[in-house]
Amino acid sequence: MALEFKNLSKKEYNVTFIAPFSLKLKPGIFNTILGPTLSGKTTLLRLMAGLEKPTSGEIWHKEINVTKLPVQQRNVAMVYQQFINYPTMTVFENIASPLRVKKITEKEIKSRVHKVAELLKMSPLLKRRPAELSGGQQQRIALARALTKEAELVLLDEPLANLDYKLREELREELPRLFAETGATVVYTTTEPSEALLLGGYSATLHEGRITQYDPTQSLYKDPNSLVAAKTFSDPPLNTVKVEKNSEGIFLEDGAHWKTSKYTNNPNGNYTLGFRAHHLKLFSTKNDDLKLTGEVLVTEISGSESFVHLKANGNNWVVHTHGIYNFKEEEQIEMYLSLSNCYLFDTEGSRVYDE
Amino acid sequence: MAEVRLQQIRHSYNVDAGEETEYALEKIDQVWEDGGAYALLGPSGCGKSTLLNIVSGLLQPTEGKVFFNNNDVTSTTPDQRNIAQIFQFPVVYDTMTVHDNLAFPLRNRKMGNAEIKERVKTVAEMLDLTASLNQRASGLTADGKQKISLGRGLVRSDVNIMMFDEPLTVIDPHLKWQLRTKLKQLHRQVGFTMVYVTHDQTEALTFADKVAVMFEGEVVQFGTPEELFLSPNHTFVGHFIGSPGMNFLPCELDEGFLVFGGNRIKKSAPITQTETTKKIELGVRPEFIKIDSNGFPVNIIRIDDVGRYRIVKVEHSGYFFNVYVPEEFEVPTENLRVSFDPQNTHIYCDGWLYDKKEPS
Repeated sequence: MALEFKNLSKKEYNVTFIAPFSLKLKPGIFNTILGPTLSGKTTLLRLMAGLEKPTSGEIWHKEINVTKLPVQQRNVAMVYQQFINYPTMTVFENIASPLRVKKITEKEIKSRVHKVAELLKMSPLLKRRPAELSGGQQQRIALARALTKEAELVLLDEPLANLDYKLREELREELPRLFAETGATVVYTTTEPSEALLLGGYSATLHEGRITQYDPTQSLYKDPNSLVAAKTFSDPPLNTVKVEKNSEGIFLEDGAHWKTSKYTNNPNGNYTLGFRAHHLKLFSTKNDDLKLTGEVLVTEISGSESFVHLKANGNNWVVHTHGIYNFKEEEQIEMYLSLSNCYLFDTEGSRVYDE
Repeated sequence: MAEVRLQQIRHSYNVDAGEETEYALEKIDQVWEDGGAYALLGPSGCGKSTLLNIVSGLLQPTEGKVFFNNNDVTSTTPDQRNIAQIFQFPVVYDTMTVHDNLAFPLRNRKMGNAEIKERVKTVAEMLDLTASLNQRASGLTADGKQKISLGRGLVRSDVNIMMFDEPLTVIDPHLKWQLRTKLKQLHRQVGFTMVYVTHDQTEALTFADKVAVMFEGEVVQFGTPEELFLSPNHTFVGHFIGSPGMNFLPCELDEGFLVFGGNRIKKSAPITQTETTKKIELGVRPEFIKIDSNGFPVNIIRIDDVGRYRIVKVEHSGYFFNVYVPEEFEVPTENLRVSFDPQNTHIYCDGWLYDKKEPS
């Protein structure tokens, strides 16, 4: 096991920043920490790097306890949201800087910098200074530095957040492949679910300092084990509604219900139903579709898709659909929801499975 | 409230430097109707902030004129233009309460206390800030502070135009949804002319009735979100709007048909002699390529599962393009065949949309 966190936590002045967690990161895997602002993403990365002293727990690397090892002696690279480069140095020297402190020959340095520059399409820019480059190029320098260092653990703290949308798209596609070749374990933080999905690998959802789930990204998205994880991993926000389950089926507040034998092994009572915006449909497509009605609050159209914000069963929901539907405010519309596209959670917020 | 008209605007930051003049803005002609919702969309350095500053009066254009309701305001100062501007980072008076923050522009205008109270109350209700009116602004979260910035514009009745410069950048994705829909509802309620500047296509398209897509100092297309999606005027618009953007592929014209990699895609009007010297491409969005057993064969390079849909990167005749496959459809692992929707496949000559009118 390349890197293992055992019961690691961070508390200060009695405030819990990171609740105790245990995690094993497989070598060479791209990991994404997904959580909103202030959920503790940066603190978590700093703990992993050894920049922050843990309140409890241990970090093990290759069967060695490195918890007390100073950060300089760990083979870690970190890239921040803000572009951090040496302004007076050329791009070449910026990329070479982590190698200068090691005892490496000039020839070796040259060859490593050129290799990485080639990979990041920065070769023509090596003689320039950071200020002469665009934001995307500046962030590429920081990424290049992390790559030349050949660190075993690479921590990327929202590295694309300050970049233009389209540039982000481009770098996001490159990133996992770049680091896959180095065999490094990468931990990447983001606030955006779509980013985690595009990066692939493994993801962890972080909520108020607590890691709520860690799984392969696709299965975490499709199979969240708690209401909190499902909410963290939904954009537009997860639609929810309180339901009552009895021997006949599952009932919404307004009486709409599925007559179903699903979830029969679970006790009757109150639950929360959660479903993503694209699963709330304007047309019936499945046999078990339940017809629901709602009142339109506002409609957003993005050219090819519509986001219909509405009020239904006392909740604010969003319908995310292909096509253009320009509903008027306060218009009553019908929607369809299949139970197979819903997650059921108990009153504690834990996922309930149909067994 | 005002109609805004930009007439032949050009702007250069180095006009007196003695070098060859470089224009940050070229030939901008725009009319923003009174009460409309507009967005300026483009990458960093496309000139959108320059344009915004020209409208607000922070910058004098090198050439051209700015009209508010047919009055030439080109040489007036920002405060004379009565503009409310909301920036990327919320601007609030931390030591003041939410109430005093909202009242600030009205007190400056020497409005009576009773009227101030009434207006602040109304705006606080619109923004769901009523409960925190007596709280200090410093204690609010980023989205709360941004609401105050917005509220300070809304309390004023003399606002000609409200301008937003990347207002949601520091807001969390979940709260973005709330604030964005709030903004849209407010626009309906108050009817101010609103202009929203951003590099984020989703924000621009969902907010605005009409979007000006900017590229290298020019507005390359000014249209509704639907127009920008269905018939991008320029390859840049096709690429910039959509995620991933439009596919552009080399093509030929043969016996009245548009041909890609030996496959007839659609009937096409002939290309004139003068155009044949130019670079000719076809543009088709990933959304308009279908898995079709009667289509042409492609090799799958990669499949990215984005949850709601998959992006399948494929190859044909040495060219790569993306295909959009919704969640409910399977992607065959071999013998994948696809077809382009003829209605939504366009021809581009040197980057510009050629076949604006579809031949029947």
